[in-house]
Amino acid sequence: MRNQTVKATVLVAGALLLAACGTNKTESGGGTSGAGCDTSKGTLVVGVIAPLSGELSALGLGIQNSADLAVKEANEKCTVKGYKLALDPQDDQKNPQQGAQAATKLSQDPNLVGVVGTLNSSVAQSVQPILAQKNIVQVSPANTSDALSKGENAAAPTRQFPTYFRTCTVDSLQGPFAAKFLVEKQGKKKIAIVTDGLTYGEGLAAAFATKAESLGAQVVTRQKIGEKDTDFSGVIAAIKPSAPDALYFGGQYPQAGPLSKQLKDAGLNIPVMGGDGIYDDKFISLGGKDGDYATSVGAPTESLDSAKAFVDAYNKAGYQDKFAAYGAFSYDAANAIINSLATTLNGGDWSEAKRADLLASVGKYSGQGATGTISFDEFGDSNNKVLTVYSVNGGKWSPAETGTYSG
Amino acid sequence: MTTLLQQLANGIALGATIGLIALGYTMVYGIIQLINFAHGEVFMVGAFGGLAVHRWVLPESFRENWYVSLPLMLLGGMAVAVAIALIMERFAYRPLRNAPRLAPLITALGVSIVLQEAIRIWFPNADSAQPFPKAFVDSQITIIGLGPDGPEGDVSIRASQLLLVVVSIILSVLLQSYINRSKMGRAMRATAQDPDTARLMGVNPDRVIVLTFVLGAALAGVAGVLYGVDITNVDNAIGFQNGIFAFTAAVLGGIGSLRGAVIGAFIIGLIKTLGGQYMWGGTQYDYVWIFVVLILVLVFRPQGLFGEAERVRA
Repeated sequence: MRNQTVKATVLVAGALLLAACGTNKTESGGGTSGAGCDTSKGTLVVGVIAPLSGELSALGLGIQNSADLAVKEANEKCTVKGYKLALDPQDDQKNPQQGAQAATKLSQDPNLVGVVGTLNSSVAQSVQPILAQKNIVQVSPANTSDALSKGENAAAPTRQFPTYFRTCTVDSLQGPFAAKFLVEKQGKKKIAIVTDGLTYGEGLAAAFATKAESLGAQVVTRQKIGEKDTDFSGVIAAIKPSAPDALYFGGQYPQAGPLSKQLKDAGLNIPVMGGDGIYDDKFISLGGKDGDYATSVGAPTESLDSAKAFVDAYNKAGYQDKFAAYGAFSYDAANAIINSLATTLNGGDWSEAKRADLLASVGKYSGQGATGTISFDEFGDSNNKVLTVYSVNGGKWSPAETGTYSG
Repeated sequence: MTTLLQQLANGIALGATIGLIALGYTMVYGIIQLINFAHGEVFMVGAFGGLAVHRWVLPESFRENWYVSLPLMLLGGMAVAVAIALIMERFAYRPLRNAPRLAPLITALGVSIVLQEAIRIWFPNADSAQPFPKAFVDSQITIIGLGPDGPEGDVSIRASQLLLVVVSIILSVLLQSYINRSKMGRAMRATAQDPDTARLMGVNPDRVIVLTFVLGAALAGVAGVLYGVDITNVDNAIGFQNGIFAFTAAVLGGIGSLRGAVIGAFIIGLIKTLGGQYMWGGTQYDYVWIFVVLILVLVFRPQGLFGEAERVRA
């Protein structure tokens, strides 16, 4: 969740505009049951934990509304026989402590079947154990930190919580995805790698290098810079003799921007590519040049063919806020829970004891969602690996290519 | 071969920046035996002073031409740096002039933190890199054909790096001759040698000390603005790193010696770039070699390279 502040600011501005236009408030909880459905057994609850207030609320409300849409549709289609579904959204204020409170509150409800959330990886960390204790399935639409599912040690991944799943893509796929783009699409064969020595950048670059080399490109030099460096003439001089045709940077924009500019100044006018750590407008203001690339997880929802039905339904439902960056993933997350619930109950009765069965069903779930085919691997991560390459174009980031990473 | 030349050029440019800051360290130490750890922050404040002039003072039409905007930014940077140094001297160091030496040293560390935080609060988002205008010729001088490697064999030097080196050398020479030739310079040398006798001879120590701080801060202000122009971004932490380099340069050259500070700075610049290129660990560990050399010099020559020959003579 690295660049969310910038995205969120833009989104909040958008949300404010929208708020100024209309004042009719959308109903957040529950959904009206379709006329023809049997709801004699009562109501089951799908929880949402997301930042519904504060600077990230535009993203959080998109998550809430999209999950709400899934619940409403399920009620209309009588997906879960005998039950009516209701949504119980809780605000985590992007604060881990608040998230833990929300999780505790939700987990007291015997009729809670699962939780959609959270937005922030940091909040997920405190929510995970609370839900796991009660065997409640959690499907995040937005956590990108690898450690949440596979643990801190990337070399020996172990599943952290059997209750945790996610529909979005994890950070570590950015390296290989970038390698495919740079080597296969751009035809770059001699690549220099520069890293800042920190976990994020090193991991990104290592995964990038392995993939790039397997695709036939050559990593001509690897250099490290200090986290606080500003003058890169030394490292550039070291790179120059190897005459690379592209540079992959594992690190953040405060170094990447000036590095890109100083490369050009030194006569090495080659594209710089990095991960979501450089996908920030400040990268450009600090010297990022046209033709530089960055990857980020997910995709602009409008660009996905599979999301058309979702986008139409969302717009038709008349929500006051946009579905934002994670709406489609939230819709898919809620549907994964609801559809698995339908399979688990299969017309039977809900009890808290059914939560273990529901977990097993979610693990085996496979369904067509707004972001593609939704299913989960042995760690609970999504098998649907959507990423996007953005390029600097006329001093602005614009999406260059959206794709599904498939090894 | 080309790489070596390129790294030598880079090292000299870095040394020029460090040298301008190191002069301030060594002068203040020469006069009042204070290691002014806040001096690195004066450099940082100078850079932000220049940036503020560009952002808020200069009218749009002035920004276009570097020969208009750069001198004004330099003036702004110097003015802010000098003002900060005057306040610092008056309120933090003067009351402690007769206190045990540890007191002003700790105070200097405190002043350093205060300045960093003050800039963070005063300047919007100063704690992350802020773009700095390239208020100079935005091009590089390329020396072609030195190596057999084709176009990659060119040595290129940014025009702004060259500016730094030229300005740094000119100012060092001017400072040296001011201290050696002028009346105030003689007063400074006298105070450095023996403050009590100097006072008996009619030298006003307060004036000398203030002048020392002003000169050091003006140089640091110039360095700050030129650093910003060269690197094209600044944040409120640049003073720490460059301050440490400059302090090390002053110690390496023999603290108290002007010539030592400048030569020490160039040595450190070269060690950093050459160590990053040729030593184990690459550019990420280039700092290590600076301090290895510092330790070696201090083991065999505790007074620094020029420490004894010139003694304390600011």
